[in-house]
Order: sequence, then C-alpha cells, then structure tokens
Amino acid sequence: MTQCTQNLKMKKEFKVIADLLPNNVRVLDVGCGDGSLMSLLTKEKNIEARGLELIEDNVKKCIYKGLSVIEGNAETELHQFPSQSFDFVILSQTLQAFYNPEKVLKDLLRIGKSVIISIPNFGYWKVRTSLLFFGKMPVTKTLPNKWFDTPNLHMCTIKDLFDFCLEKNIKIDRAIGINENSTSEIKKSNLELKNLFSKLGIFLLS
Amino acid sequence: MSNKLENIKKLNISKPLLLDCKQTIKDFPLAYETYGKLNDSKDNAILVFHALTGDQYVSGINPITKKDGWWVTAVGPGKAIDTDKYFVICANVIGGCMGSWGPKEIDKDTNEYYGLNFPVITIRDMVKAQETLLDHLGIKKLLCATGGSMGGMQLLQFCSTFPNRTFSAIPIACSTSHSAQNIALNELARQAIMADPVWNNGKYLKNNVQPKNGLAVARMVGHISYLSEKGMQEKFGRKLQEKADYEFSFNADFQVESYLRHQGFAFVERFDANSILYITRAMDYFDLGKQFKGGLVEAFKDQKTKFLVISFSSDWLYTTKENKDTVIALNASGADVSFAEIKTDKGHDSFLVNEPEFLKTLKGFIDSMYTKFKNEKRI
Repeated sequence: MTQCTQNLKMKKEFKVIADLLPNNVRVLDVGCGDGSLMSLLTKEKNIEARGLELIEDNVKKCIYKGLSVIEGNAETELHQFPSQSFDFVILSQTLQAFYNPEKVLKDLLRIGKSVIISIPNFGYWKVRTSLLFFGKMPVTKTLPNKWFDTPNLHMCTIKDLFDFCLEKNIKIDRAIGINENSTSEIKKSNLELKNLFSKLGIFLLS
Repeated sequence: MSNKLENIKKLNISKPLLLDCKQTIKDFPLAYETYGKLNDSKDNAILVFHALTGDQYVSGINPITKKDGWWVTAVGPGKAIDTDKYFVICANVIGGCMGSWGPKEIDKDTNEYYGLNFPVITIRDMVKAQETLLDHLGIKKLLCATGGSMGGMQLLQFCSTFPNRTFSAIPIACSTSHSAQNIALNELARQAIMADPVWNNGKYLKNNVQPKNGLAVARMVGHISYLSEKGMQEKFGRKLQEKADYEFSFNADFQVESYLRHQGFAFVERFDANSILYITRAMDYFDLGKQFKGGLVEAFKDQKTKFLVISFSSDWLYTTKENKDTVIALNASGADVSFAEIKTDKGHDSFLVNEPEFLKTLKGFIDSMYTKFKNEKRI
C-alpha cells in the first residue's frame, strides 16, 4: 500500500505465499505494488495473476512488465470484483492500513475462495521491548515509519488476528510465522510463543 | 476537396453489409492508410480507430489538409506506437468525409449527393466495415487495437462483435454508452448546423457550399468539451487578443474567443457538416450493453483479449468513473483488464497532445504485449 512497506516486503514472504498456492490457479493480489509477487507467481506457478494497486507509479511498473493491474483503492473499490471470481486473494502487509479492516477482509473472502493475508506482527519481541524499554512507538525493519507518518491505522498481533478469525467464524486453514529466514506453523498450542518470535504472520483463510 | 480525395487508398467493399437500421449496403468505399511494414509472421499489426473528427491519417503529414496527422504525438518512427516496429492501420469511418462511404458521396441510384438520404449508421456498422479491411490486408489477429473517445467506443464494439480478433486492446477516454451530457453536447452541435440556413436540409453540396457558421459553432462546442476548466483557465485566463483593453464590441476581445473562432473556422475547411450529424448520432445511439440480453457482462464474455483502459483525471466528457465502469464490466465478464488513470490538466484532449505519462504507459503496454503475443504464438 505504501512505498515503505512495499520496498521492505521480504522475499521470504513471497516464497511462503507462493508455496501456499497450487499451480494454474487464478489469483488477485490486492495492493500488488510493482508486481514482484505477481511476476514470481506467473513465472514459477503458471498462475493467472491480477493486481489492484493505489500508487500510479507502481501501476505503470506492472503494465510495463505485461502484468494485469487495476489502479484503484482496495478500501473503496473491491466491489468491482465478482463474488468467488478468484481462487485466491492475497493481501500482503496492508490489512492494518485500512480504515475498516473488517469490511475489507469480508470483501476479500467474498471475492476469493481462499484468502492469504500477511501482517507485520506487533507482538514481535523487538516491538514489545522497544515500547517497554524506550517508551516510544516501535520503529523496526517491518515497521519503518514513525508514529506521525505511519500508514498503519490498525496495528495488530498474530494473536489478535488469530482471535479475530475465531470470533468472526473465519476458518484458518494455515497460519505461518516468519522470523528472519525461518518459518514455522502457528497453532493454538504454540500461539503465545510464535506471537513473540515471528516478525510476520501469514494466514490462509477461507 | 473532392477531387483530391480520388488519390487516397480505398478498399471497395463488395460484400453486403446489413446495417443496424436494416438497410443492406454493398459496393461501398472504405478509405484507409497504413504506416510501417507488416512483418512476415503478420503479428505486428495495430488497428487505430479514429474519433469524431479524425480520419485515416494518423501520422506523418495528412495529404489533404497538409497538416500533421491527428495522432502524430503517439504514432510514428520511434514514437510510443513505433512504426519502425509495428504496422499501423487506420480507416476513415463510414459516415465520414475523408473518402469512405458517407453523406457527401454520390448516391449511384439518384446520381445526387446522399445528404440526408444517407442511412443513419451506428458504431457497430462502422466497426463491421473496418473488419473487412483486416481480411483484405490478410491479418487474422491484431497485436493491438486502440482508440480514444469515439475511437475507444468503436474498439469496445469491435472486441465484443469480433472476439479475439485482437490480442490486446487499449480503450482510451471512452465509455460503453453515451451519457446524457454527451448526447446533449452532440445535440447542441447538430442544432448549430441545422440552424444555419445554408445547411438547407442537408442539400447544400449541390450548391457547392458548406454551412460554415453552423459547423464552426458545432466545432467550438466540441473544443470547449475537450479541455478542462483548469487547463482552459491556465491557457487563456482573461487574456486579451492582441489588444490593450476591451473594444466595447462583439469582436474576439478575449484570447479564448479568438481560439474558438480559429478552431471553428479552420475545421470547416476539412469537414462535412452532414458527417458531423451522422457521426454524432452514431455516438449517441451507442449503448453496448443494450445489444445483449445479459447486458455488458454478456457483451464481453469469453474475451481472451488483454485490455488496458486509460482515463484522464481532468476529462469531464468521458470521466474516470465512466472508464472505470467499463473496467468493472470487463472484470465481471472475467476478462483480463488493466486500468490506469493519467493525472493531467489537459482534459479529454490529453490523448491527442504530448502527455508524457500517457505516452509512456501506451508504449510500455504495447511493447510488453508484443513480447507476449510472440511467445504465445511460439507455444
């Protein structure tokens, strides 16, 4: 969604997302940035990828690469996609930036048979200690902005999203934590620990 | 003007064409021009549809008007649509006045100018005639087809009527049906022409005259609608035309007046008043969704064509919202569609002027589509 978060998207994250996807499916990448993930999915998995992107420059980058992208705002323009028109909808590190994340998430679940969401984890130990010891809003690699210029309106932790899905009856098919280069499955039993040690959380929902 | 038209490229279409008004026509001319070279694999052809007052002379010097082709900013050697690389085709629409079958041609049955005896044609009729040209040139599948304004409307009709005749399509600043505002502006143009006594129920040609005043006013209406409020203010403001103060007369005191008068009266030299009536009517009748029971979704079903819809932020004639509605319809049909809005103050005219962001987008898309098209053919 924002330039900063786009640039810092971890390669690892894209690999994890790619591994979650079968070959030859139809994917909508919401907030697709410059199309790096779409390129990867098209090339390696023969996936039919479409993107929705807010920033004009990114839209053009996608077009130059021959990727299909629609310039628009996910907060207000998801209604244009028919129900169940994609096998998967991906939302990478953007959920926290919406005014109404619940509404967006519902729309994503309407459009896609499954939804993959990644979030920067506010429960990561470095974030927690930064607030605890320095008494300031955390600035980290995955959360590079300061309190006054952050696009993130609704920061949450892996545990928050986990609980949210349970509360709203959204089925979590997989949850994966990423820390540096290692990934691990998140389950109810190890949730506390993973919430502390994962920089990013990736959820496969349906 | 008419004698000059004899030297231009024309295809005589002998195949009967059933028009939307139920009249069947045959043996009619379609004037066209091409730029660049069709390669051996015939996969580098780009069809351009022209707008209301355009013609087949997209690039280079228009041999009739001796002025630049209407899309010389985008089409030519080394340009966004590079004629060193691509084979560009453009035909004058039927109903037009640059050599194609139109109201200023002679009706063979009566041996008189058609005038108002010319049938009311539609965007679909125009497009059907042009498809015949592709057959004539031996092009099975175009690399790309594009057009702005009425050109974009023709393109959407073309993609719907002849699915998969083009690998990619770039509808620019257009819509799937004419809005009330656009119909109203067209009506203003028509009324201006018909109010001119010289028009004489369309029978002016036999007296070898044109309803110049009416036609010029019609063109002025158009020119206002092609600019944005901001663009017009910046370009003209309240500047006076080569004078220090008001003249206290109805001469063109303001630069904007002078500009409109110039545009209006330059136009009558190259355009036929009846053609404006017929072509604006075709635009007003255009409603792609109405042609199908299932509306627009059905209009675009089974499209394999890759679309890029482009709008301009300051265009109030074919707004970004209208262009987005086209995107929504294409999406709903499952078509492969991209969309970009170019931020500019240049209004509807943006696609015709030097607007670098637009031209870069155009080039980027077409070049990437060429790579894809060649790859697809290899597989």
